Amino acid sequence: MRLRGWRKVVFFGACGLILIWTVFPVYYMITLSLVREEDLFKPSLYVARPTIENYVMTIQQSNYLVSEFRTQLYNSVIIAMLTTSAVLIIGTLGSFALARIRFRGTRLISSMTLFTYIIPSSFLSIPFFKLMADLNLLGTKLSVILVMITFTSPYAVWILWDYGKTVPPQIDEAAAIDGAGPLTLFFRIYLPLILPAMVAIATYAFLYSWNEYLYAVLFLSGETNITIPVAMGNFLATDNPPWNILMAESVLYSIPPVILYYCFRRHLLSGLVSGAVK
Amino acid sequence: MAQNIQATVISVVSHRRERWGGKTILGLAFCSPLILVFLVLVITPMLYMIYLGLDRTIYPAIFSDPIFIQTLWNTVIFVGVAVNIKMILALVVSALFSAEHWAVRILSGIFLLPWAIPSLPGILAFRWMLNGQWGIVNKILNDLGFAGYPWLVRRPSALAAAIVYHIWKYLPFWTLIFVAGRRSIPKDLYEAGDIDGAQPLQKFRFITFPMLRNLYLICSLLSMVFTLGDFVIIKIMTGGAPGDSTHVLATLAYRYTFQMGKIDWGVGTFITALPVTLLFIFILIRSVK
Repeated sequence: MRLRGWRKVVFFGACGLILIWTVFPVYYMITLSLVREEDLFKPSLYVARPTIENYVMTIQQSNYLVSEFRTQLYNSVIIAMLTTSAVLIIGTLGSFALARIRFRGTRLISSMTLFTYIIPSSFLSIPFFKLMADLNLLGTKLSVILVMITFTSPYAVWILWDYGKTVPPQIDEAAAIDGAGPLTLFFRIYLPLILPAMVAIATYAFLYSWNEYLYAVLFLSGETNITIPVAMGNFLATDNPPWNILMAESVLYSIPPVILYYCFRRHLLSGLVSGAVK
Repeated sequence: MAQNIQATVISVVSHRRERWGGKTILGLAFCSPLILVFLVLVITPMLYMIYLGLDRTIYPAIFSDPIFIQTLWNTVIFVGVAVNIKMILALVVSALFSAEHWAVRILSGIFLLPWAIPSLPGILAFRWMLNGQWGIVNKILNDLGFAGYPWLVRRPSALAAAIVYHIWKYLPFWTLIFVAGRRSIPKDLYEAGDIDGAQPLQKFRFITFPMLRNLYLICSLLSMVFTLGDFVIIKIMTGGAPGDSTHVLATLAYRYTFQMGKIDWGVGTFITALPVTLLFIFILIRSVK
């Protein structure tokens, strides 16, 4: 596409605006994370004397506000990984039934997954809190994992189902003639074929639980039990939080999701888009 | 003829029987983890919430709380303004991202950044940028010769900050959805438009928008339902301040339940929004199927 005259000006103007709008908050977050404590209250668009001491402090846990950073990182990782594994199991099994076996109840199950996907997760926060208290699960990672599974598996089933439908049924029939039972079909034929969609779902579930704040803050307490976002939220309760350390922690916490998004964005988007465009 | 009908009836009956037979058991067995999650972790909390919400004395109590009424308005403003501005912007920006140009290819990679960064770091960065004393926004205003403004200390600007963050964070996602939507419009429609001498705005009005209208409405509705339950933006950006005047449903319910110990008020807050939410969900389920 070649542009001339005022169209070129408008086009590049719009691109420039979008670039600044998108990047500025991120740029400023990184800038702040490189600022020394004594420069923190002199706002500036660039860092005159950058330092990595905020990162060092966070990783070495040598400031009282990040004293349990590595434990909290571990908590975040464990919760996200266990959620992802569970969602993959639930999602692949459910989508196999919906996409490959004709049976009664398909419509009901598809409506209920859609319902769970759409309802805002916070609406169930109070009864969930009560339920976890009754089950004596408050404060455990399991409580958060269960809720994350609840809100991510409907979408997982939905996307995997959509993808599984594209696999031609003749493959199943041919395998059935060769004497393959449903379990063989599932493991040997279905799973390898839907692998790209599984990558998208795993990324989605991992990021959903990695990013979760509300349920983590409701269920978890104590410096060594909470996840990173909860710890970052707790910063705000202190009188004068050191924002440069907070921003260093923010950058560290954002790196895994950003890497995942950029590695798998094609997978993620194709799934999301096919779900939405239809 | 009669034989034909008979054959059809038999095949239907046998088909029925089969669907109730081994295949149904097999299908339900594969779906059992999903069904279990749904029964235990969706239906149970839902019924429990409705049970708590049946207590009719809650509603006069919360409706006489001025903070609750203000929160309802805040939620309507937050959802209505943020989602609609974001969707219109996404529709406009998606035109730019549909263009074949080297600048667009570079930009579309960077453009995803807000969506990829988790909510908390982004909101915290916005909060510090808007700090009245040491924020960079006021610093820039001062350098340009304007007076600074205590953004997060006044209700309208604090709500506006939450709305701006919402748009910043979710604009990329919906833009990409609309880019995909635009790609699915058949090219020959535009070629026909070219032959008839249609101007760009006419092409948008008579081709693009009619083709995208359904997608646009579904996406807007979906985004509204999601945003209706938003907790983290207000909680981290303003914490409800100044003086509990910027709460939305979820943060007020949190305050009622976990800070004031009034669990029934918290439940009542969500129940109040439930009819609208369920109506939206019903429309969405109907239209997605």
